[in-house]
Amino acid sequence: MNTLKTSPTMATGSATPAAPPPGSAAAQPLPRRSQIAPIADAVAIMDQIPGGGLILTTMEAALNWGRASSIWPLTFGLACCAIEMMAAYASRFDLDRMGIIPRATPRQADLIIVAGRATIRIAPIVRRLWEQMPEPRYVISMGSCATCGGPFYYDNYSILKGIDQVIPVDVYVPGCPPRPEALIEGILKLQEKIKREPILRQQAAAALRGA
Amino acid sequence: MALRTEELMLNMGPQHPSTHGVLRLVVTLDGENVMDVQPDIGYLHSSVEKMMEHRTYVQNVALVDRGMDYLIALNNEQAYCLAVEQLAGIATPDRARYIRVIFDELNRIASHLVWLGTWAIDLGATTVFLWCFREREMILDLFEKVTGGRLHHVYYRLGGVYADLPEGWVEQCGAFLDYFLTRVDEYETLLTKNPIFLARTKGVGTISRADAIAMGASGPVARASGVAYDVRKAAPYEVYDRMEFNVPVLTDGDCYARYLVRLAEMRESVRIVRQALLNLPAGEIRARVPMTMKAPRGEVYVHTESPRGDLGIHLVSDGGETPYRVKIRAPSFSNLYALTEMMKGWKIADVIAILGSIDIVLSDVDR
Repeated sequence: MNTLKTSPTMATGSATPAAPPPGSAAAQPLPRRSQIAPIADAVAIMDQIPGGGLILTTMEAALNWGRASSIWPLTFGLACCAIEMMAAYASRFDLDRMGIIPRATPRQADLIIVAGRATIRIAPIVRRLWEQMPEPRYVISMGSCATCGGPFYYDNYSILKGIDQVIPVDVYVPGCPPRPEALIEGILKLQEKIKREPILRQQAAAALRGA
Repeated sequence: MALRTEELMLNMGPQHPSTHGVLRLVVTLDGENVMDVQPDIGYLHSSVEKMMEHRTYVQNVALVDRGMDYLIALNNEQAYCLAVEQLAGIATPDRARYIRVIFDELNRIASHLVWLGTWAIDLGATTVFLWCFREREMILDLFEKVTGGRLHHVYYRLGGVYADLPEGWVEQCGAFLDYFLTRVDEYETLLTKNPIFLARTKGVGTISRADAIAMGASGPVARASGVAYDVRKAAPYEVYDRMEFNVPVLTDGDCYARYLVRLAEMRESVRIVRQALLNLPAGEIRARVPMTMKAPRGEVYVHTESPRGDLGIHLVSDGGETPYRVKIRAPSFSNLYALTEMMKGWKIADVIAILGSIDIVLSDVDR
């Protein structure tokens, strides 16, 4: 069994399918050699192929790995932070290498980066864009203005005091404006969040409830 | 059988990848022909003029960075500081004035690079965007070494600048300028003689000299239509009167002319920065100005040449610690007014090319 290879990204948190559930570990007998043998044979065959190998993981971890590695954000900039967002897409920081490809329409987007101050007038439009995005969808609030109103908090009649009054936010990135590195950190945090999500279990639970 | 036809009203924006911010264009179409364009602005109104009445003169420097045109924070600070200094009679040391000119011009280049990259991406040339941002990051590095910020600097202070140039910065800046001139030539190899680019821009979106003046257009938009007006020449501020530079003027008034004017302006900016670096005097960088400064009763109007045009600030003081009223004359706002005239009669695909060519920033339009 030591030839089994597991990806480090998938190993976290998810038990191998062969392992018994916790609590009943003592009650269940160990798998017999005849049960393991077919898997071991398969591993032996795979190892002979150059570059071959076998990965054991859960369906959910594989799905989440794929979702976290290809987050498609909506190209929607409001103010100054949008310039830093563009810089993050451009040559030096290059978000493409993280599988992040901007989409021009909310119908193809997984993520909306609210970059900049949102006025009360634009708020319903941001809300509608968010509603147009297919689920599961995520929101990054980039910069102080989108997070809490920022420098426009006091003595101001037109700026929304935080985009989370309109749409739910997953990751807040502080800064005025945040550096592209900060935005990348925010995206990494979002990837961590996506990888932790029990989406299949949630869907199964919802199906059992009859939702 | 006669086909029933009617004019179509189309909304472009506020979420549109090519409107450069949150601008809504109400386009009236006859087939593919644009009959009328009405810009609908105000989606980014930050009430910055009102906010400035509640902040002291010193605090407002941080506000003009963000509240006005966010691409040209240093040029905004320049206009604002100049207005307060004129009102309060503060004399700026010579070294600070040279440093301000250097940073104004570097920010002009950075702003034009963002414009060129985003406009080219609108027209389908992705490479230009990546190349422009490559050089822009170098300028931002130069900014960062002095001001500590990439976009919002709060570097200019009333009566000078916040910090002196660090050791070796002048040489680094000079090396960048040499490198940058070769890069401008490189951008030209991608666009200037590109047949697709020429077809999209040459002769498209023309505006006559008379119309440009009547609509209040300024900056590269007006200069591409033959209006030889540049505030740096017409009413020199800081040390622009000691600099030797040309004001590029073309007469075609189309998108292509606006492109050529901005490219030439980048080269002229390099010239100005070089002269300022060469003649940079030693000495103080900031006059003594108390943190709770009170400006005498009165009013002042100062205008400067921002990368988008004539940026004016009208400041009224009632003798207190905060301005009584601030009015910002935003160049993008006036240039946007000329948009309707430029777009009439062109196809829907040209709307994007024309809109990109006037280089508006919605934060400047709405304030």
